[in-house]
Amino acid sequence: MSALETNAMNQDPILKVEHLSMRFGGLMAINDLSFEARRGDITALIGPNGAGKTTVFNCVTGFYKPTMGMISMTQQSGKTFLLERMPDFEITRDAKVARTFQNIRMFSGLTVLENLLVAQHNMLMRASGYTILGLLGFAGYRRAKEQSIEIAKHWLEKADLIERADDPAGDLPYGAQRRLEIARAMCTGPEFLCLDEPAAGLNPRESLALNELLRSIRNDTGTSILLIEHDMSVVMEISDHVIVLEYGQKISDGTPDEVKNDPKVIAAYLGVEDEEVEEVIEEIEEIQESDGEQGGKH
Amino acid sequence: MATTTYSNESAAGNLTARALREGFYAGLVAFGLFFLFVGLETTQNIRNELVLNQRWGLLAVFVAVAAVGRFLGVLFVQPWIAGRKAARAAAVDKAAPETFLARNFSKIAILVVALMPPIAVALFGVQGSLKWVDNFGIQILIYVMLAWGLNIVVGLAGLLDLGYVAFYAVGAYSYALLSQHFGFSFWILLPLAGILAAFWGMILGFPVLRLKGDYLAIVTLAFGEIIRLVLINWTEVTRGTFGISSIPKASVFGIWSFDVGAPNNFAKVFDLPMSSAYYKIFLFYVILALALLTAYVTIRLRRMPIGRAWEALREDEIACRSLGINTVTTKLTAFATGAMFGGFAGSFFAVRQGFVSPESFVFLESAIILAIVVLGGMGSLVGIAVAATVMVGGTELLREMTFLKAVFGPDFTPELYRMLIFGLAMVVVMVWKPRGFVGSREPTAFLHERKAVSGSFTKEGHG
Repeated sequence: MSALETNAMNQDPILKVEHLSMRFGGLMAINDLSFEARRGDITALIGPNGAGKTTVFNCVTGFYKPTMGMISMTQQSGKTFLLERMPDFEITRDAKVARTFQNIRMFSGLTVLENLLVAQHNMLMRASGYTILGLLGFAGYRRAKEQSIEIAKHWLEKADLIERADDPAGDLPYGAQRRLEIARAMCTGPEFLCLDEPAAGLNPRESLALNELLRSIRNDTGTSILLIEHDMSVVMEISDHVIVLEYGQKISDGTPDEVKNDPKVIAAYLGVEDEEVEEVIEEIEEIQESDGEQGGKH
Repeated sequence: MATTTYSNESAAGNLTARALREGFYAGLVAFGLFFLFVGLETTQNIRNELVLNQRWGLLAVFVAVAAVGRFLGVLFVQPWIAGRKAARAAAVDKAAPETFLARNFSKIAILVVALMPPIAVALFGVQGSLKWVDNFGIQILIYVMLAWGLNIVVGLAGLLDLGYVAFYAVGAYSYALLSQHFGFSFWILLPLAGILAAFWGMILGFPVLRLKGDYLAIVTLAFGEIIRLVLINWTEVTRGTFGISSIPKASVFGIWSFDVGAPNNFAKVFDLPMSSAYYKIFLFYVILALALLTAYVTIRLRRMPIGRAWEALREDEIACRSLGINTVTTKLTAFATGAMFGGFAGSFFAVRQGFVSPESFVFLESAIILAIVVLGGMGSLVGIAVAATVMVGGTELLREMTFLKAVFGPDFTPELYRMLIFGLAMVVVMVWKPRGFVGSREPTAFLHERKAVSGSFTKEGHG
């Protein structure tokens, strides 16, 4: 892909969040948040605990109805969906937004393969004529079934789970369950994939494999990704665009490098008062300079 | 050598001493418990005076049974169980090769059931077979079918339904009323009863879909009772507690009739002696076919996207929604499909009894059907069929145990202990196999090999 094309793609936002607010009783979990995720990008949503990241996710995927604001998703075909008006299952089915969960939600009594087949429910339902044609044994359903197993196989290979396809999902180790959840979300054929802390609880090797998987999802299928992550090695490594939340508000927005050096972000993560931010930045700059000098010497 | 022998001996001595001690304590506890309950009895004599009878002999029997039972249990049964457990733990690696019987269990079972009426006729004669075909065969198969129907709702979709008998009632009354008022035949009304029951399933489904777990169970329970109360109180239509009698019999697709006066009476056509057994044998095959239809549809549906969505719903509803599955319609289809089979079974029940009344559709029926599903293993057709046979057949068998009268005296009616034994059996099975007879689940699709999913991974559903 040439740089020009990448730029052209990047200018086109796939998800637009405008003035989003979410109130739980007296608590303003998200306060007037606006951001964009560009098509073909891996966008990371970071912030300290309780900043409202998962709430943003739940609003985008329809599990919460926002108090205020607009969330619009534009598909490749140019079709636009207003996600805040849609029930959760329609967001996945029609708007093609898939998600995973912070605490993994597997169908633990179903096999790994069945998990991926459940994800293709809507496609198979249509192919089976809403069960009736399928019960009568029409060939169209049989073809769709074979195709669905091929899709499942493809994602099992990607997620390195093909060996365990016939084992119950609940029997997989934690890291494999994380990968399976991503593979399952991909089987719904999404254009936009929301991952809630995909690297949580992974060891460094698994974390690296996850980076590979996410990159290949983006490059091979063109799926845009929005992810919440605490593991900075993942965030800085793979994301094209980082949004930082604190207390339900956006405090920074840019490339990983820009965000890394944003004083507000540093202050938020170090937990200092606003007045002290300047001092902290000066200190950091001094440290960085001395680092640079040292680097030059060696 | 000497030391080991010594320690063995002392261990044996210890065991005997422990058994004696525990036997003594058990006797003591039994004495304390039964002293007032059994040892003393108050009766009224002819002058209406209270008389205290002393039954020391009986009390002694109770205490002795407890003491000796505990003694033998500690001395022999406990070491035997421990030994078996150790042996099984040692043999756990050696998976027993599947025997021919285990592999083809369902096929053999269907064959045996299908051959049962001719065998019964051959053994007991035409009239004598009636008991086996009707009391055992048909009775068990009705419960098998009901439990398989409920299995779709509870076992697959994980929605706890305590009012399943309502759909059974809808099916039964649909047949009873429509055949009496409009003269439709059984074969027209059978599908119609199923459709009406499915329709009621949807009506119930809509309001309760937001509920989960205990709340859903309570509402379905209430729905079951509402249907029963409507049947009792809507006397103009249902004739209330009197019920509807003389419901027309079914015919063999209109070719042969079982009405005594009809010219095409089955027995007359084939020059057989008149007997009601032919009708029962015919009904046996009808309910067998209906039950097998239920099983077949369940097996097919499990491999369809809708069946997989039901099971996914049982495992995790939120994950289902995140995958674009409309959980409302999925639950509704589960309710409606389960209700439809309940309706089929209901119309069969009406045609078999020739009489329906609200008495037949009490909560206890729902509870028994649910118990069969749980005992059999939620989701497993074979397990449920076995559970229905054991539970319903077992209680029917109690009626046969007239020899018990010789033991307990002429007043003893074993069938009165039906629910007691039912309850005890449930407790025993749940302790011995907490996931039911068949706890594992067959996957609906596989890539390399079909491996049963252990019951420890499957969930029971949240509502």
